[in-house]
Amino acid sequence: MEKPKPKLGDQMVISRSKFGTLFTSLQKAGYSIIGPTVSNEAIVYQELSSCEELPQGWTDRREPGTYRLEKRDDQALFGFNVGPHSPKKYLFPPEHVFWTAQRKESGYEVYEDKSELPRYAFVGLRACEVNAVLLQDKVFTSGEHVDQHYQKLRDASLIVAANCTQADGTCFCVSMGTGPKAEKGFDLALTEVLDGEQHYFVVEVGSKRGAAVLGGVSFRRAKPKELKLAEEACDRAAGQMGRTLETDGLKDILQSNPDSVHWDKVAKRCLSCGNCTMVCPTCFCTTVVDRTDLKGTSCERIRRWDSCFTNEFSYINGGSVRQSTKSRYRQWMMHKLANWIDQFGTMGCVGCGRCITWCPVGIDITQEAAAIREREGDQASIGKVKEDEHAVT
Amino acid sequence: MKNNIKRRPKLAVWKFASCDGCQLSLLDCEDELLSVAEEVEIANFPEASRAVARGPYELSLVEGSITTSHDAERIHKVRRASKFLITIGACATAGGIQALRNFKDVNEFTSAVYANPEYIETLNNSTPINNHVRVDFELRGCPINKYHLLEVVNAFLNRRKPNIPSYSVCMECKMRGTTCVMVSKGIPCLGPVTNAGCGAICPSYNRGCYSCFGPSEDPNTRALSEKFKQMGVSSDDLVRMYRSFNTSADVFMKESMIHEQD
Repeated sequence: MEKPKPKLGDQMVISRSKFGTLFTSLQKAGYSIIGPTVSNEAIVYQELSSCEELPQGWTDRREPGTYRLEKRDDQALFGFNVGPHSPKKYLFPPEHVFWTAQRKESGYEVYEDKSELPRYAFVGLRACEVNAVLLQDKVFTSGEHVDQHYQKLRDASLIVAANCTQADGTCFCVSMGTGPKAEKGFDLALTEVLDGEQHYFVVEVGSKRGAAVLGGVSFRRAKPKELKLAEEACDRAAGQMGRTLETDGLKDILQSNPDSVHWDKVAKRCLSCGNCTMVCPTCFCTTVVDRTDLKGTSCERIRRWDSCFTNEFSYINGGSVRQSTKSRYRQWMMHKLANWIDQFGTMGCVGCGRCITWCPVGIDITQEAAAIREREGDQASIGKVKEDEHAVT
Repeated sequence: MKNNIKRRPKLAVWKFASCDGCQLSLLDCEDELLSVAEEVEIANFPEASRAVARGPYELSLVEGSITTSHDAERIHKVRRASKFLITIGACATAGGIQALRNFKDVNEFTSAVYANPEYIETLNNSTPINNHVRVDFELRGCPINKYHLLEVVNAFLNRRKPNIPSYSVCMECKMRGTTCVMVSKGIPCLGPVTNAGCGAICPSYNRGCYSCFGPSEDPNTRALSEKFKQMGVSSDDLVRMYRSFNTSADVFMKESMIHEQD
């Protein structure tokens, strides 16, 4: 029988035993494969050479301030939630050299790095992560000033999403409308199904580029029962959300409550360490530094991840605008859940739960937003902090 | 002929109560040391040379804390002879490990350690340099990061602000892709309240941060200690955690005293 030619929107099945052909097809097409793998008791993103490096038989359990790797009782490849890393590590690296310069007789000569950029194929991105990439696309490539480096990396990259078939304690993508099933932004999307002895992946074609990759993969047409089981697996994940964020009217509530007493309460617990912003797959703030040699003859200009939780972030002539932890936490959350809408037309949160999991003291953005909502209109709470509220909770 | 020779700024290295580890970072610069020597005149650096050029000095690097009345006078002489004074390391910026004495009666130590304690002249407290004289810049760490030292000298030579972080170790940890040891393994880690600078070495070896670089810009030790307690850290251990290389840094000293009373 002749192999069917995959088209946009088609749903195929790749069996577990043939799953390696996806990797070889991507490698043949010249992609460097980035995917999840177990490293040092966590599921992190790394460059992979084979599908055997995927976290087969592993899962993760997340709660506020806690992440634990655990064994599964099956051999699922994508049977976990999300790890500490996200694709921003690759598309928007922590440090990037814009240019180098040499002092010449008549000023400076500037050199741009012209080396070839890698072509990434991200395998196993969760729906929330795909949406995070789409958000960063908006930040970096829409409008007048396009980030060339990001644009180039992004144009060359391919996304093979893996729909979630489970969720855990800090997931809330359902609240944000960003999962657990990837609806857009992918080239291929997989749903892993384990049904008794059967282990296969229903794959949906999301782009022509994805269809081309599938050309080199061993697949067959999906049977109705297989599609149904895949659908059910995603529905199961949707029912397992550990958290909920009530988004209705949240923008107005946050923006009209900059003086809520609750910000003081959060500030008592917040370490201002910046972890939430570092792990957030959409946070995009940077700082630019120049490095010179001792003689002052050569220089490089570097862009580095920054965080609104640092003092220097809001430093202008005369001092930092946001000197207190309270003002920084408020800035971060209000930007993410409210001001981002004014700026980019959507909230900056995809409900992945990383900021909750990787906060050393487990501060929960969904709970804090709920608390501000609860105190809304409570005039008595504004500016009058009772002694007991300063207690560390 | 003499007009063709660039006058290099004079750099002096001064030692107070310390182990010499920080000033040795200058010698550790190896590859960069020759360029440093080309750009500055190393005028006083006993670890490297007995030759001493007279002051005044454009740049003084001060290592160590003040523990004797003699040193308490000497640091003023250093200040007077220096245009810029930069302290290097935990001893000079936060009293060092020797500031553990600040919580005890130093006479008990001298009588237990020395055969003839009457020969020992020492102050009750070990104090950082900025308790005695104005300091232009403080370089943290036990020991300092040699690249930071180069950066500070570099910034001084090129008349710009040094690119030295004041944020937490967590930011360095995340930027290098290390998985948080506290969240993923339940290991108590001082990273969230510690100044970056080491490159987050300990967490990358599955150990919690010991805070060699001292408190970060806004350390919320109260909230972190509360979390440590929930993780099962005893009050005694909390006292020890905050009392190490940066024991007399104000925030750490106060936090340790709270747990001493627990």
